[in-house]
Amino acid sequence: MNSIIESFSRAVSLILNLDKELWGIIFLSVEVSGTALVAATLLGLPAAAFLGFKRFPLRGAVVSILNTFMGLPPVAVGLFLYLLLSRSGPLGFLSLLYTPTAMIIAQTILAFPIVTCLSHSAIVSVDPIIRQASMTLGATQFQVSLSVIREARYGIISAVIAGLGRVMAEVGAILIVGGNILGFTRVMTTTIAMETDKGNFELALALGIILLSISLLINLTLYFVQKRGAAGAAR
Amino acid sequence: MVIASTTSTQNSGLFDVLIPAYEKSSKYGVKVEIVAVGTGRALRLAKKGEADMLFVHDPFREEKFVAEGYGVNRRTVMHNTFIVLGPKKDPAGIREAKKAVDAFELIAESGSPFVSRGDDSGTNIRELDIWDDAGINPKGKGWYFETGGKMGDTLLVADEKDAYTLCDKGTYLNYEKKIGLKVLFQGDPLLKNQYSVIAVNPDRFPTARYREAMEFIAFVTSPEGQQIIAAYVKHGSRLFSPDAVPSVIRN
Repeated sequence: MNSIIESFSRAVSLILNLDKELWGIIFLSVEVSGTALVAATLLGLPAAAFLGFKRFPLRGAVVSILNTFMGLPPVAVGLFLYLLLSRSGPLGFLSLLYTPTAMIIAQTILAFPIVTCLSHSAIVSVDPIIRQASMTLGATQFQVSLSVIREARYGIISAVIAGLGRVMAEVGAILIVGGNILGFTRVMTTTIAMETDKGNFELALALGIILLSISLLINLTLYFVQKRGAAGAAR
Repeated sequence: MVIASTTSTQNSGLFDVLIPAYEKSSKYGVKVEIVAVGTGRALRLAKKGEADMLFVHDPFREEKFVAEGYGVNRRTVMHNTFIVLGPKKDPAGIREAKKAVDAFELIAESGSPFVSRGDDSGTNIRELDIWDDAGINPKGKGWYFETGGKMGDTLLVADEKDAYTLCDKGTYLNYEKKIGLKVLFQGDPLLKNQYSVIAVNPDRFPTARYREAMEFIAFVTSPEGQQIIAAYVKHGSRLFSPDAVPSVIRN
């Protein structure tokens, strides 16, 4: 028990004295996961709207497949991308392996099904009256879609938060395609795994606390956005 | 009994033959548990009393470990060599180098990419020693990459980047067919990779399994144990040369 308390207090003093190298690692984490989340949202939201508004054959199958992909194992995604991007692979000419771009691609693949599926269920659970009302008011198909998405926005924010949780915590895929190279592709989660391996538990713990704090900060921000919006809608 | 060991001996597969042979011969009916970690972490584990003995490869820190009273009865067991790998084209021209230090200087001068393990392992420490002897501090240079990972992962990164790297011969033989890197420099005495065993000091750690550790040390340094090491061949090469009873090779 004492050693846990000791580790924690040393971790806190490490956080208070962050060096340049650690700042770089934290910044790269936010950059990679943030970019991946934006990309997943830009791709996932139109996909969710398409699934929600259009009727086409095999639509149910597509939704089921996306639902399954919400649980994609990160290491499997990492391995698949590795084979694709490695020099002997089909996309090897792009020289993307062991770069932050490869890490962003991996995390986008992981977050896309989550953002899409959860946004889709938010869109389909909007009261059909909204749709009918805007249609009677003479709105075009596009305007109808917009008003439905507007109505579903809090569910969509939750979808983005879930996607964020996925990418910030992820280590399996980015370790494989990023290579954990110091100053280039080393991020918080890969550093935690490595330092634990080396027995530097204090540093690993310090990074874990920072990682949690960043996630908490983002979640709180989105929560307040959501809450203010909900209060506004009720008025 | 817990042996904290370096990853290279575990990955080479030597323990798969050496440990069962010891367990069979043990008078105490010992069951061995191997904790395969880098040498740096193995020493740290032993200092906390979380291992009964060490099987590692960093002579300088081993001597320090014994001098500080953590360990006793250090014996050298075997050695193999480190090799410098690099792309076939050899842009730094290290094939012509006479010494390991010269090879590293050439790499630094040409600014060719070099991939380091950067993980405090025995291999990493040796690499840093060579940079130190060459009077070069590679950390933070644009051509110097640290993976913080195992030897195998580091080889894959080096291969992808057409980079130079320092590797133990055993791991290289395992990866030889999967990667395009070639052995560009070897043979310097500085590249000798010396493995030793050390028992944890029972005076400092009364609960350590000292008698069992000593029995293991006796076994691996006996003609019988050394014969097993000498006979361990992979991909047509002997991986480790026995040092305690070198004459087993001639017999």
